[in-house]
Amino acid sequence: MFDIFQYPIIQNALLAGVMVAVIAAIMGYFLIVRGLTFAGHALPNIGFAGAAGAVLLGLDPVIGLFAFTIGAGIGIGLLGREVNERDTSIGVIMTFALGLGLLFLSLYAGYAERVYSILFGQIIGISQQDVLITAIASLGTLLAILLLFRPLLFSSFDPEMAQARGLPVRLLSLAFLILLAITISLAVQVVGALLIFTLLIGPAATASRITSSPFRALSLAILLGISYTFLGIYLAAENGVWPVSFYIATLSFGIYLPVRLLSPLWLGRRRQRARTNADARADERAGRNKLAALEPERFAGSSR
Amino acid sequence: MAKETVVELEQVRVQFGKRVVLENMSLAFEQGEFITILGPNGAGKSTFLKLLLGLLRPAAGTIRVLGRPPRRGNREIGYAPQRRTLETDLALRARDVVGFGLDGNRWGIALPTRRRRARIDQTLAEVNALAFADAPVGQLSGGEQQRLLIAQALLTDPRLLLLDEPLANLDITHGQEIVALVSEVCRARGVTVLLVSHDINPLLPVTDRVLYIAHGQSAIGTPAEVITSATLSKLYNSPVEVVQALGRLFVVGAET
Repeated sequence: MFDIFQYPIIQNALLAGVMVAVIAAIMGYFLIVRGLTFAGHALPNIGFAGAAGAVLLGLDPVIGLFAFTIGAGIGIGLLGREVNERDTSIGVIMTFALGLGLLFLSLYAGYAERVYSILFGQIIGISQQDVLITAIASLGTLLAILLLFRPLLFSSFDPEMAQARGLPVRLLSLAFLILLAITISLAVQVVGALLIFTLLIGPAATASRITSSPFRALSLAILLGISYTFLGIYLAAENGVWPVSFYIATLSFGIYLPVRLLSPLWLGRRRQRARTNADARADERAGRNKLAALEPERFAGSSR
Repeated sequence: MAKETVVELEQVRVQFGKRVVLENMSLAFEQGEFITILGPNGAGKSTFLKLLLGLLRPAAGTIRVLGRPPRRGNREIGYAPQRRTLETDLALRARDVVGFGLDGNRWGIALPTRRRRARIDQTLAEVNALAFADAPVGQLSGGEQQRLLIAQALLTDPRLLLLDEPLANLDITHGQEIVALVSEVCRARGVTVLLVSHDINPLLPVTDRVLYIAHGQSAIGTPAEVITSATLSKLYNSPVEVVQALGRLFVVGAET
């Protein structure tokens, strides 16, 4: 059963896959804090159009992917924080981009397998050179995230306050975007442009439902991401037919669903306990008797 | 002990392109004062705060904050911006958000030292938020989140506290809690408080002076001086009536 790990082709896939899973999980956490999870899906899809276009022009697809992802990211950044309208705009642009990608694909007279692997990933068979590139890029991204961690988290959560504290919020957003584009370009190798969400958002979303401490959520997300990728590659290698990205998507969904459905059980209870304590103390100290004098009697009995 | 001037404006004008937002603004706030900033929506209340924070430059006039021109990232100013709704499943606890106020602008990762935790706990206790320190922020009520914002602003031991609409969308009881808390902070720490609000009434018992901004003009003085039919009519340049009823002040005729 474990013979499969002896093959270098599998070892390479596991190495690259695990490194990508780590940075994808961390970037996913930040996307959730920034309220940009839908962008996490839209960006790689728009990037796909760039990748297909690059192939049509005879260039490396990663260049096209990277360029379109950054462009789309800037565009989404300009749309602002108003969620409803923004998500519709992003959806419309994204589907147009997919249409463009389909056009490029049908115009391309060459080796279609190449574009297929952009859409759905083809990590088993990754070249030694690409493993090296993945390693360097992942490590660089990880170091950058560690260095920028506090300012990035602060400005992700509250850009107004961060700016008042002197943080260069726009520059940080740009840095985040570049790191995200790198992460997406790397993750496309593992799960493909269409399924990036499972590796990017899945682990972080699951972890955020289980714990509210950033450190624990990040650790858990990384652990989940590595597990899905490792298992996905192993199962696909053993099976021989079913693709890696299918296994990863299924694992990601399979773990997220029960956590999501059951989470109100533990989230609600923690909140309740904290609230009743806070209520009791607040009532005492607020000195309701003192303040009630300001308001007519009818407000004295008001409750939440 | 002479009261120090902490904020000084002289003939300040702010304009966005052709639109003049504030003009001929001159005032001086002293250390320890509780100032409520009133005025209709879009009048320039938040703009005024941004001036003091160094986020905006005036087109004319001089501003001095704590003796110097305004600059960004001044740790002597504590700022709590307007609250916004948060997603419920954010993996950030109350203590993490408050911690941003302490060192959120420094590079790298915060080392979880005992001293850091104690400092955060102390400020959480000051705003009565210790009970829900480990709860996810997305699940806290408006009043609880507001207390966190105030704690965040207090962590650098500021001399000036700017609060942008802290009472917005809070019911009476929780609004009163916030007013009591801010008043206590003002008294105990001796900070100068500038609080933006829509309604003067919850703040009447604790406010020293009022800064009323409307139509690019401003008036400053005690509530009794500023919130009168005469002063407000002049400010709005149209008939405004101030009515006293049920122990409260109602401003009639002005747009909100």
